[in-house]
Amino acid sequence: MPIQPYGSVAVCRGSRRPLQWQSHWSLPLTAALRLVFMKKPSIAELEEIAHELRVLILKMVHHAKCGHTGGPLSCIDMLAALYFYKMRLDPKNPSWPDRDRFVLSAGHTAPALYACLIRAGFIPEKEMWGLRKLGSGLQGHPKRNIEWGIEMSTGSLGQGMSVANGMALAARLDKRPSRVYSLESDGGAQEGMMWEGAMAAGHYKLDNRVALMDYNGIQIDGFVKNIKDVHPLDKKFEAFNWHVIVVDGHNMKEIVEALDEAEKVKGKPTVLVARTIMGKGVTIFENKPKYHGVAPTDEEMEIAMRELKRG
Amino acid sequence: MAEIATREAYGKKLADLGDKYPNIVVLDADLSCSTKTGVFAAKFPDRFFNMGVAEQDMMGTAAGLAASGKIVFVSTFAIFATGRAWEPFRQSAAYPHLNVKVCATHAGLTVGEDGASHQTVEDIAVMRVIPGVKVFVPADGVETEKVLEEIVKTDGPCYVRLSRAKSPVLFDAASYQFRIGKGNILREGSDLCVFTAGYMTSIVLEAAKKLEEKKISTTVVNMASVKPIDEELIAAMPARHRFLASVEEHSVIGGLGSAVAEVLTARAPARLIRVGVDDQFGQSGDYLAVLKHYGLDAEGVANTILKNIS
Ligand SMILES: Cc1ncc(C[n+]2csc(CCOP(=O)(O)OP(=O)(O)O)c2C)c(N)n1
Ligand SMILES: [Mg+2]
Repeated sequence: MPIQPYGSVAVCRGSRRPLQWQSHWSLPLTAALRLVFMKKPSIAELEEIAHELRVLILKMVHHAKCGHTGGPLSCIDMLAALYFYKMRLDPKNPSWPDRDRFVLSAGHTAPALYACLIRAGFIPEKEMWGLRKLGSGLQGHPKRNIEWGIEMSTGSLGQGMSVANGMALAARLDKRPSRVYSLESDGGAQEGMMWEGAMAAGHYKLDNRVALMDYNGIQIDGFVKNIKDVHPLDKKFEAFNWHVIVVDGHNMKEIVEALDEAEKVKGKPTVLVARTIMGKGVTIFENKPKYHGVAPTDEEMEIAMRELKRG
Repeated sequence: MAEIATREAYGKKLADLGDKYPNIVVLDADLSCSTKTGVFAAKFPDRFFNMGVAEQDMMGTAAGLAASGKIVFVSTFAIFATGRAWEPFRQSAAYPHLNVKVCATHAGLTVGEDGASHQTVEDIAVMRVIPGVKVFVPADGVETEKVLEEIVKTDGPCYVRLSRAKSPVLFDAASYQFRIGKGNILREGSDLCVFTAGYMTSIVLEAAKKLEEKKISTTVVNMASVKPIDEELIAAMPARHRFLASVEEHSVIGGLGSAVAEVLTARAPARLIRVGVDDQFGQSGDYLAVLKHYGLDAEGVANTILKNIS
């Protein structure tokens, strides 16, 4: 099943920043020009990309016959904004030192990351059918592979926050313009280590650091508020000296504006506390803990594809 | 042959023990459906605490409960129980020698598709090394129940390694007697003696048939009690066999093979062929395919042993 390449957005497009030229000096000239002058996708275009990514995720997970459906659909709008609007990346130069970095702290949502990296041209499209199979680069949880744009091995919840902070500290030390993003999750926010990292980012005033919190209210054993409540996440991050932006994690305009705002914040890390719906986009999966970690059956897949096949 | 995963047997047995022992408390870290502590939770909701995705908090809480007279069963995936929560277990449960029973599921490679982040081939090594901690690796559902019956009566910290995948029932529930510190001989041969445990026991029994076809008469010793280990039994084997081997769903560094080698060097020096995961991480895949890839299916085990003795 071929995936349509999306218009001119072959390279993940960076944002306009004063030091744009300098920040691209380490890229070959053509690649640098591409990054500087490429047209930013509109909100509507980003929504369309997110929609395509949802289809891609479902196809991958359904084919694998196991894995996570709910989480990827819950975070994909944010990941679409990162990979196709905000982050400065070049799939032709995946190890470009000045690139932005992304750490998928919620490693089980790997299909969302893989869908973005396939769509952005980092991972060959045919690899999608290898998800979770022996010998595949698309492991059940991400395994670091810079050529494919996978910056870090993740899957054990709670650790990504600190790893991303480490990358942000390194960028600061090396005077690189790289910004470091991570996807956190509300179940993951029960891990003490996530808060150790949150405290460190606040303490070290990591203003090149942005966390996106996928606050879908669900974890494996049920609803977060019943298992072990993490509320209020915004106030917690505020108390840890973060700049907090509360957004609707399925509203592309809000996500994009928050990501732009984060770039202007000085002396503080930024977190997007994003209210989301697990399984978003496919009614039968929405807000149901069961779909945290199961693949769609053939029947569910048909229903899902029917719903996603719109105008 | 009937099949059951050791985690299933654990869940059922734990709920039974809850009747007999009103001071059992069970903790889980957002995996109660997978570890099967959910069975106990449904029956005794007041004595079950879901600690969320917070394994360190869970272990510390277990220590506090145990310090207050409870027998605490702690469950999550083996990598998180013995990895993330290792130091709280060592400091707050093992050092004060408290009644914390870590019964962790999804050990080894048979986790399958979730891949290396959720598999563990290091857990026996890191738990075995903690002073005073007893370590058990039951081979089937029956042995799992027997191990539970023993540890609930035994004072102090324990680690029980359980599997996600179903495996054949090898023991007879009515007659099988499990004893802490004792191994048991499942079949007797005269050329080769294989020490094994857990999920690998049934695979080694199959491998033994293949070896028999190659005229290698094979003894299989099931070592569910990895610590304390049956020193007498191990020390007796070199005199009765030309070759010795260990087979485990664990790194060859620090696991059952190492434990057996420690006894051999001290009491009856002999060569030991250690079969297991050779200083590598696991990976995603159907669990049977993963086992085969790492040479831990019956054929792979038989071939590795044959290669090493010819
Ligand atoms: C340290 C650790 N403990 C346990 C797990 C098993 N696990 C995977 S996802 C998950 C809960 C997920 O909740 P959340 O992070 O909110 O993700 P969502 O269900 O919203 O996708 C758990 C407990 C893990 N991956 N890492
Ligand atoms: Mg969640």
